[in-house]
Amino acid sequence: MTASRKPVPKATPDTQPFWDGTATGELRVQRCRACSRHYFYPRPGCPRCGSGDVEWVTTSGRATLYSYVISYQPAPGFQDDGPYAIAVVELEEGVRMMTNIVGVEITPENLPLDMELRVVFERRGDMRVPLFEPAGAVR
Amino acid sequence: MNIVITGAAETDELGKLPHLSTTQLHLEAARNALADAGMTKDDIDGVATVGMPGPIQVAHALGITPSWLDGTGVGGSSFLFHVRHAAAAIRAGLCSTVLITHGESGRSRVGAGWPALGPDSLLGQFELPYGVLGPPTMFTLTALRYMKETGLTHEQLAEVAVAQRRWAHLNPRAMYQDLITVEDVFASRMIAYPFHLLECCLVTDGGGALIITSEERARRSPVYLLGSGESAESPIISQMTDFTTSRAFRQSGEAAFAEAEISHEDVDHLMIYDAFAHVPIYGLEDLGFVKRGDAGPFIAEGHTSPGGRLPMNTNGGGLSYTHTGMYGMFAIQESVRQLRGEAAAQVPGAEVSVVLGNGGMFASAATLVLAGRLP
Repeated sequence: MTASRKPVPKATPDTQPFWDGTATGELRVQRCRACSRHYFYPRPGCPRCGSGDVEWVTTSGRATLYSYVISYQPAPGFQDDGPYAIAVVELEEGVRMMTNIVGVEITPENLPLDMELRVVFERRGDMRVPLFEPAGAVR
Repeated sequence: MNIVITGAAETDELGKLPHLSTTQLHLEAARNALADAGMTKDDIDGVATVGMPGPIQVAHALGITPSWLDGTGVGGSSFLFHVRHAAAAIRAGLCSTVLITHGESGRSRVGAGWPALGPDSLLGQFELPYGVLGPPTMFTLTALRYMKETGLTHEQLAEVAVAQRRWAHLNPRAMYQDLITVEDVFASRMIAYPFHLLECCLVTDGGGALIITSEERARRSPVYLLGSGESAESPIISQMTDFTTSRAFRQSGEAAFAEAEISHEDVDHLMIYDAFAHVPIYGLEDLGFVKRGDAGPFIAEGHTSPGGRLPMNTNGGGLSYTHTGMYGMFAIQESVRQLRGEAAAQVPGAEVSVVLGNGGMFASAATLVLAGRLP
């Protein structure tokens, strides 16, 4: 199997717990202990209430499709994919993140908004990035 | 103290200009704006610009010794921020006359070094891994959600490009001038579903410059700054709070309208930064000109087209006139031309014009309310 030429993210001290999670097959986000709400991307304090009393938690990996485009202009490393879906998904915990939709032929008909998804992980160099597939997909 | 735009000009040419560097585009626009204002470089004591080569080099190259600098760089809306900041600086006595320049070799990339975002940046960690390739795959991400929630149709999205081409058809400086139909839009190459090529902005070379001063110092018929506002939302598109409305559009617009003490009925002319066809739809709603969900039908019914009751993007916009990468300068330029009565596609009796500038991808926004005379 040839190594993916897709972009490889590089962790920083503030994001290390997120990438440590994906490496072990967990999708982690931060949660504010003061207002009990989850948030993403990684930050030292809660963006809503300002509390610094925050923790890392593992999400269920379940999400819904919030919005997407189907890109016909392949970015470096994506040339062999054909048109691919760049999506924003909303996790069950209420936070959103960008991802790709996999495990389904990429057409508008197959990708109705709000469809249920679940996380899978794809190896990139030494890292693993979270992607999402239809919740009913057969693995 | 009344603040005015007393000089406004673009580069001699726009489009494909491989014989001009980024710096040359800044300086040509600056010299044209000085001539337009009837001023020399010795009248200028404040300089503002964004991107390469920056305000130090622009000032130095023109032989200006600045007592005030602004390098606010928040994307294509930066020039609207510069106007707002210049007004505050002049009122505070920090300087008297400000030159704002834009030059960008967006198409030919001559002397246009652009800082690469590393794999450890916010974008590098949480968006680039998913194959985004510039604004066409990111700015567009909000549209399907907007369409689902408001019922906007693909035809109505295409009508934005059709409407703006009607204005470009009247403008000899527009890059594309031939009238188009919804069918032409649908027949153009798919870039990032649901966006076809004709629903995406141009990529061009060009520049523009403005001179801001107090009314007393202006040497030609001025355009008045009645109000302004600025704000920001998310540095990456995936974290925009609500994909169907821009908080920064709303906040900057409310501030500008409040300072100007105008209502929507007072507005004769409107410029909304149109990097992609959905952005004017958001702008019309977020500035409060129409209700949520009504902007698509409003444009499709011709109300923003020539002869319509709210002429919008009358130079042809980023979709048909020019788009160097940071289009906000050109939106201001068209408002100034309209208020002076000098536009190629002149709106009869245009006295109050609103400019909404977007920066990044719904990342920053600023709004200006301009007028040809004081109310």
